[in-house]
Amino acid sequence: MRTRVFLLLLIAVAIVVFFAARLVSNDYVFFAGYTVLQFVVLATAWNILGGYTGYVNFGSAAFFALGAYATVFMHKLYPLPLPLLIVIGAAVSGIVGLGMGYLTLRLRGAFFAIATLALAVVLQTLVVNWDFVGGSRGAYIIRPNEIALIGPYIQYLFLLMLALAVIALAIARGIERSQLGYGFATIRDDELAAEASGVPTLRLKLIATTLSGALMGMAGAPFPYYIGYLQPSSAFGLEYAVNSIAMPMIGGTTSWVGPLIGAILLGSLQQIATVTISSAVNLLIVGLLLVGFVIIAPNGIVGLVQGWIRGAK
Amino acid sequence: MAGALLEVTGLSKRFGGFVALDGIDLNVAAGERVGLIGPNGSGKSTLVNCICGTLVNESGSVRFDGETVDGLLTHERTRRGMARSFQLPRPFTTLTVADNLRVPLLYTVNARPGHALSPSELDARCAELLQLVALADKARHLPRDLTQVEMRKLELARAMAAEPKLLIADESMAGLSQSEVDDIVGLLIRLNERGITIILIEHIMRAVMKFSQRLIVLVSGKKIADGVPDAVIRDPEVERAYLGQ
Repeated sequence: MRTRVFLLLLIAVAIVVFFAARLVSNDYVFFAGYTVLQFVVLATAWNILGGYTGYVNFGSAAFFALGAYATVFMHKLYPLPLPLLIVIGAAVSGIVGLGMGYLTLRLRGAFFAIATLALAVVLQTLVVNWDFVGGSRGAYIIRPNEIALIGPYIQYLFLLMLALAVIALAIARGIERSQLGYGFATIRDDELAAEASGVPTLRLKLIATTLSGALMGMAGAPFPYYIGYLQPSSAFGLEYAVNSIAMPMIGGTTSWVGPLIGAILLGSLQQIATVTISSAVNLLIVGLLLVGFVIIAPNGIVGLVQGWIRGAK
Repeated sequence: MAGALLEVTGLSKRFGGFVALDGIDLNVAAGERVGLIGPNGSGKSTLVNCICGTLVNESGSVRFDGETVDGLLTHERTRRGMARSFQLPRPFTTLTVADNLRVPLLYTVNARPGHALSPSELDARCAELLQLVALADKARHLPRDLTQVEMRKLELARAMAAEPKLLIADESMAGLSQSEVDDIVGLLIRLNERGITIILIEHIMRAVMKFSQRLIVLVSGKKIADGVPDAVIRDPEVERAYLGQ
């Protein structure tokens, strides 16, 4: 399937999802759906670096929070329309992603993961002490109730996140089928052999960190409008770091479908658990599932299905 | 030597206090088949790593195809026409055998100025290379399905895919049976006949003697002999290094 056809198909699915959600006359569907879609974007973004090139990023929350705080910053400076804020969030997180790449990509494996975790801690400390964006008190963003053409503002946010999910998935799938995808795979498999085959590994790694960071920033940019009150501990929350690793792992890291399946599955499960049991159960579910999958299906759901297909032949 | 394809002058490399290579000078002319031998730990692989840019040498310089390549990264040297195979095969484990060859085609051949291969040309080139090393029926398999010999052939084919001027084969026959060794030597000689200069690093003397037009011997990081194979192996110094006194 050509990339353009795939993109059109994704857009069609997104439109169907949006209007199906409107059929349910309850705004909660949009609130819950927004969170699930946000995780689709985050998981897909994580997978570009973690799944394709094999560099495990524990600092996803930092990139997400950067996007969110870029919005808060701009909101205080000069109110801009949300799509523009998303672009700004992507730029900020992308640049930080590039910087992180330069500083850390000579590290491998666990050392890279630790460095990304450290980046998250450093950035959170900076934000906590930066008064302009609210510091540790947090920042309020009063969002309008309605927006022209669409109606309730939450539906607008949902629609934006849906568009971001489409963009993220199209990018991920595009990479998989391109020269870049082959290059990323060689970095995951063997960097020395990759260099010897002419792959400029450092440059490709920087592309991956930048792209992955930018997409996470995009996911974070509308967040202040969604939540209304942003504080460092919610933006840098552990759940973002954990979920954006767990979702691709559970879905499968080798293709764009994996993070999508993982995010929809885990994201929905968490929403259901929040409403029916308690919000504290969220991370417990993720943790247990992750442990289970690492033991039973290390290649995730996608790997499991591929195994069945191969076995059936 | 004028017109040498590869010129190494005064190359030294140390790991902490250990001198792995000590002022190596060597030249390889275009089209030549050179054997490089030496006991374990004599610095053969380190020399390859310095020539290819995987390791950075402290002193000395490497000139390739008339230009100095000091300071260039490995992938840049590969693009200039230097290819290597690894001592222990290092295939891209998650890519199919055919896609393993596609990588150097995409990143080296297509990265050079001039005509870039179209997708159908890429497929054809992969098939052709697999045919050359008799792996055509394994094209869609993953490397883990290959036997040791096949793995080594894949390693050579991947180096070949980059259309090198110089191929450095680092112990591509260790652990293979006699007929398998003959198989690979035959393959290397065929490649040489196509105009590729080859440096063969090997322990199996039968293969080295059959293959080499010239033999270079490394012992403890120093070059102790360089010349016609028959004369070199009769050199008393070489005998001493291999057999002791």
